[in-house]
Amino acid sequence: MTIHLRNLNEILRTPKNNKIEKEYFINMGPQHPSTHGVLRLILRVEGEIIKEIIPVLGYIHRGIEKIGEHQTYRQFIHLTDRCDYLSAMINNWAVAKVVESHFQIETNDRIETIRTILSELQRLQSHTLWWGVFAMDLGALTGFFYGYRDREMLTEILEDTCGSRLTMNFIQPGGLMYDIKKTFSLKVKKYLIHLKAKINEYEDLISNNIIFQKRTQNIGILTKEMALSIGATGPVLRASGICHDLRKLEPYGVYDKVKFAVPIGNTGDSWDRYLVRIEEMKESIKIIEQLIDNIPPGKHMTMKFASKIKLPTGSYYGHVETARGILGVFIVSDGKEYPYRIHLRSPCFHNLWCITKIAIGLKLADLVAVLSTLDLIIPDIDR
Amino acid sequence: MEIKQKTTVLKDLMFMTKIDNILNWARSNSLWPLAFGTSCCAIEMLMSSVSSHHDISRFGSEVIRTSPRQADLLIVAGTIVKKMAPRMQLLFEQMAEPKYVIVTGSCAISGGPFTYHSYTTLRGIEKIIPVDVYVPGCPPRPEALFWGILTLQKMIKQNSLIKWSKKNKKPIFSALPVDININDINKEMRQLLEND
Amino acid sequence: MNKLELIKKINKLFSEALIIEKNPIIKIKISKTKFISFMNILKTNKDLSFDMLYDHTAIDWIYKNEFELIYNLYSTTYGYHIIVSVNISRSDPRIITVSNIWSISEWQERETYDLFGILYEDHKDLRRLFLNDDWNGYPLRKDYKDNFMLER
Repeated sequence: MTIHLRNLNEILRTPKNNKIEKEYFINMGPQHPSTHGVLRLILRVEGEIIKEIIPVLGYIHRGIEKIGEHQTYRQFIHLTDRCDYLSAMINNWAVAKVVESHFQIETNDRIETIRTILSELQRLQSHTLWWGVFAMDLGALTGFFYGYRDREMLTEILEDTCGSRLTMNFIQPGGLMYDIKKTFSLKVKKYLIHLKAKINEYEDLISNNIIFQKRTQNIGILTKEMALSIGATGPVLRASGICHDLRKLEPYGVYDKVKFAVPIGNTGDSWDRYLVRIEEMKESIKIIEQLIDNIPPGKHMTMKFASKIKLPTGSYYGHVETARGILGVFIVSDGKEYPYRIHLRSPCFHNLWCITKIAIGLKLADLVAVLSTLDLIIPDIDR
Repeated sequence: MEIKQKTTVLKDLMFMTKIDNILNWARSNSLWPLAFGTSCCAIEMLMSSVSSHHDISRFGSEVIRTSPRQADLLIVAGTIVKKMAPRMQLLFEQMAEPKYVIVTGSCAISGGPFTYHSYTTLRGIEKIIPVDVYVPGCPPRPEALFWGILTLQKMIKQNSLIKWSKKNKKPIFSALPVDININDINKEMRQLLEND
Repeated sequence: MNKLELIKKINKLFSEALIIEKNPIIKIKISKTKFISFMNILKTNKDLSFDMLYDHTAIDWIYKNEFELIYNLYSTTYGYHIIVSVNISRSDPRIITVSNIWSISEWQERETYDLFGILYEDHKDLRRLFLNDDWNGYPLRKDYKDNFMLER
């Protein structure tokens, strides 16, 4: 029953084996083009082969949970935008869902349909950006421009609806901030026709390209047991062969009324994680096509915007499936306007931990491929 | 004797100003940014402005360098936290003179949405680094960043950088073009809103 | 996913577990001494097999002078979802680690140590996760005071 508190400097100084002369430390520092944010990895390397990885977090820790104890529930939603900014509306839906189910607010069909359509559009937006950055990380800078071109068209549609390009703050408890415009369905349909042709182009460029296949097949294999033990969710878990998708298991919104498939991988290497996301893009297009023509009429907000929300005393939990995994919100309330404790279960925190086990024995260039397919957003880890 | 000295001094000054003009023109039209993005502003400022819809290479900043030794413009995009501040100062000191700083986003200007009740967010980075241009927004549009770059280019050409010259301590606001007025912009915005 | 079945199974295997809430997610309270054996049974028993630890966090009840630790568990074979809660005293916050059962709790426990100051026994690598190693205090406690923080 011992407690042993340690220090980072201690870990860096302990020699691991007798061959100290051949091993040295490389710092993949907070400012780096391939870490997608401020993640610091200290690598213990022998030649070019990695022996140990020590991630150092906290370079963007802003204390969102402490700030949340002084914000009302509506004010907290704009902070969740900035956690995982590439699927901002889905994050908003997580908090709105918990508050609605426990404060007994009813929403109508129109609100749920529009929320589902917007979530799937955000998923497409996130995956096109991921594809472009994946190509750029492995050296093909042209892929970045193609992925971004498609994302920009979608950003213009979303900016028309909610006014902002990145931090949306649109889905609120009780409905939506504003109603969608009359030109929304037309624009989305035009965009989907364009995107279907582009996904074929993506597959031609990268999926059938032998260089990308050799660089990612059998690299960074995540087995089923390891994936469950680390609590991985999202495409990372599905690529290891386990079917776990909240849209099918605990349906919310109108997901139980649409038909779509959930892609699952075989081995759990980087190639499988790549293919799962490409297939997810195709499935998202199918979902939107089934819903875009049948948006039922109704109001866009079922409660007064300025009314105070006070959850009854107790603890509550709710979760949604974002583009990266499961985002959970745990609220403890003591009957006041502000929560007593609010905690976000972030998907990238759990997905990142496996890097200390699966990237041992790889070369430095392979580590970049593994990090890129894990699809990390560092402010989501640090909150 | 005195008149002769004055004319020679004037000639020297005119010769130097010509070279100054050429150097300033060259420096302002080829600013190489350093990619330093910590959080959400990085997507809009660094990735969106480089992509093909809003093209930053029209202004000469196509080459985004990742090493501070090869860059001369530091675009700070994202929240700066106490743990990150010493590293950012190191990065800034590693850059070679002449170097310029553009600060984008409300988090880096004054703390942003994380000003109150946060135990780690720095409320503004001007306490650590001398700043030339501020671009507000959360996140600012890529067009706003281009306006900031154009202002910086104007400042370099006039040699009126705040941290260099001791005289001009007032902040310089980027002015509207000569033939446009704020009322015109208001009218155009109202028309667009009515059309929708 | 039948909640009554699950409650019966747990009561059969472990009689000291108190069921506090049933809707919408079952919340079970357990004492500190029986904690580790309960967690072992939850993972290894074939009828329950809770193989995913979704989340681990802590709540600071300053007026009761105790911390409440929350473990959020899910089973992929049966689809059960429960929350386990343990209370420990605020003046001597110690509890055994579960990182031998679910490996992600290495990092989750480092996070609660960093922000609340809860000490985990037998943990391999207990050091701060988000803040600097030489930070004084534990920020998410309710009595944390800091000259740097700005309050409205």
